[in-house]
Amino acid sequence: MQSKSRFLQISTVSEAILHIFFGIVTLACLVPLWAVISISLSDDNKIRQSGYRLWPVKWSVKSYEFVLAQGAAIVHAYALTIFVTVVGTILCVLVVSLYAYVLFRKDFKYRKFFTFFGFFTMLINAGLVPWYIVCVNVLRLKDTIYALILPYVMNMWYVLIFRTYLSMSLPDSIIESAKIDGAGEFTTFFRIVVPLVKPGLATIALFAAITYWNDWWLPFMLVESEKLYNLQYLMYRVQQKIQYLAEIAAKISVVSNSPFKDLPAESARMAMAVLGMGPIVLAYPFFQRYFVKGLTIGAIKG
Amino acid sequence: MANGQRTYRSGFLRELNKNFPLFLMALPGVVLLIAFSYLPLFGLIIAFKDVHYDLGILKSPWVGLKNFEFLFKTPDAFIITRNTLLYNFAFIVFGNLAAIATAISLSEMRARFMAKFYQSVMFLPYFLSWVVVAYMAFAFLSIDLGILNTMILPKLGLQPIAWYFETKPWPVILILANLWKYTGYNAVIYLAAITGIDPEYYEAALIDGASKWQQIRHITIPLLSPLVVVLVLLGIGRIFYADFGLFYQLPMNSGALFDVTNVIDTYVYRTLMGMNDIGMASAASFYQSIMGFILVLTSNLIVRRLDPEKALF
Repeated sequence: MQSKSRFLQISTVSEAILHIFFGIVTLACLVPLWAVISISLSDDNKIRQSGYRLWPVKWSVKSYEFVLAQGAAIVHAYALTIFVTVVGTILCVLVVSLYAYVLFRKDFKYRKFFTFFGFFTMLINAGLVPWYIVCVNVLRLKDTIYALILPYVMNMWYVLIFRTYLSMSLPDSIIESAKIDGAGEFTTFFRIVVPLVKPGLATIALFAAITYWNDWWLPFMLVESEKLYNLQYLMYRVQQKIQYLAEIAAKISVVSNSPFKDLPAESARMAMAVLGMGPIVLAYPFFQRYFVKGLTIGAIKG
Repeated sequence: MANGQRTYRSGFLRELNKNFPLFLMALPGVVLLIAFSYLPLFGLIIAFKDVHYDLGILKSPWVGLKNFEFLFKTPDAFIITRNTLLYNFAFIVFGNLAAIATAISLSEMRARFMAKFYQSVMFLPYFLSWVVVAYMAFAFLSIDLGILNTMILPKLGLQPIAWYFETKPWPVILILANLWKYTGYNAVIYLAAITGIDPEYYEAALIDGASKWQQIRHITIPLLSPLVVVLVLLGIGRIFYADFGLFYQLPMNSGALFDVTNVIDTYVYRTLMGMNDIGMASAASFYQSIMGFILVLTSNLIVRRLDPEKALF
């Protein structure tokens, strides 16, 4: 952002008012996060007496102990989510960047056809019912790991963002000279194009990774088997039915025969939320700027 | 085979032969688009059929507009249309106003470091899933334990509110939640546009003695307005589609709130999965697709009139 020193600056009073206002907004963004963390660190009996508090009442990490000790299901959901995020992101970046590269190649006669072919899907959306029926009855995705990956791999919006990025950062002459040197299309793409557009690829990768990490919709629609519950969906089930946590605990744990008795339900519920958002919030400062960059590219055209 | 067709085909084949790797590069995308976007389009016919699972969709009997008749006879049809349109309308208006105000304020702030900090924090909610946001909301709204009912309302001398059963607060809660989650994100788009404004405009205004407020009113806002128009029209193009997570997760699927939280998307989901009424669900789904398509075309037409550069097509 450019320095504003050459311009008329806002008055000290206005500046102060803005700081107060944004101070409040900042709190509004952070307090819910803080509330969840603080409840997760509170003693469960105390919570039941006094309700949720914004400060840990009678500090306790029992909820985490409970969640993690009973947590074969949680560990499994974590592992599944990481696997789906990694595989999905790689596939998404690969498919999207290849497709965008084809649309970018001005010398390719069928470029217009492929552009329209993808673009058309952004105009009309068949809606949930046909999508569901195709996924279940035609593609047979129900209750498979593919259901958690494939539907998000191709995204025309990312294709358009990446094509814009390519046309901004890649001169046509590079492709031409690679051709003259006798490089095949795939060699040109992977050896020459990819190294030059890494920041663009990183942006798409982050968008995709967030989508996969935060997804609860695909298991919500297409999964029945508990083996395929990803983290967000498991959290959804726990929130919907706190006893669910005890149920999965009862199934797995051989030691405790009365899981309900020791269940720190309220704090454990929030501990789930902290575990679910943890990686995102921790990694957030690093990838935030890439997002800003990606959005800025998107804003130029689109 | 006719001669003309042959040259056309050989034209395509020659191209395929010449640029085979490029076709191959597009192939995975094409396959996925067919699978998840084009095949479902054929499924739109379900809305005109009485689906018997044992017969399969193609062999199930046609019923004309029966499914639509049933749908529009229910009171739900009106409620879901009203909710979807009004909420999205509110999101477009308040969302853009909040984002523009945020972007202008942040860009004018002298303490650059703080402005960056505010921007980063406001962007954070965008990265949280609606499931996590629902947990956060529950920490505040839970009827017997929630922070609002146990800490804040008593201090104000107010009675606790059964948040998940009381319809009145929900329009406000849903609009606030939408603003909370997306303002930081949208502000970044406007900030990018503000950063792109040529500084000479401001210098000239300064020489003319324009106050800061006048500069904002006569330079920043007019130069942002094309982007505002585009974003608003794109929002209108999607006005028949609701943010499923917001309307399903946040109210925790509470039946008592359906009157103010049910939108077309959640209705379709519930009728399909909960009530297994595929006829009604597909009619509502079709209604949404067609209205959505018409609105996308119309709003793009208007965008193209106003600023051909910004049109989607």
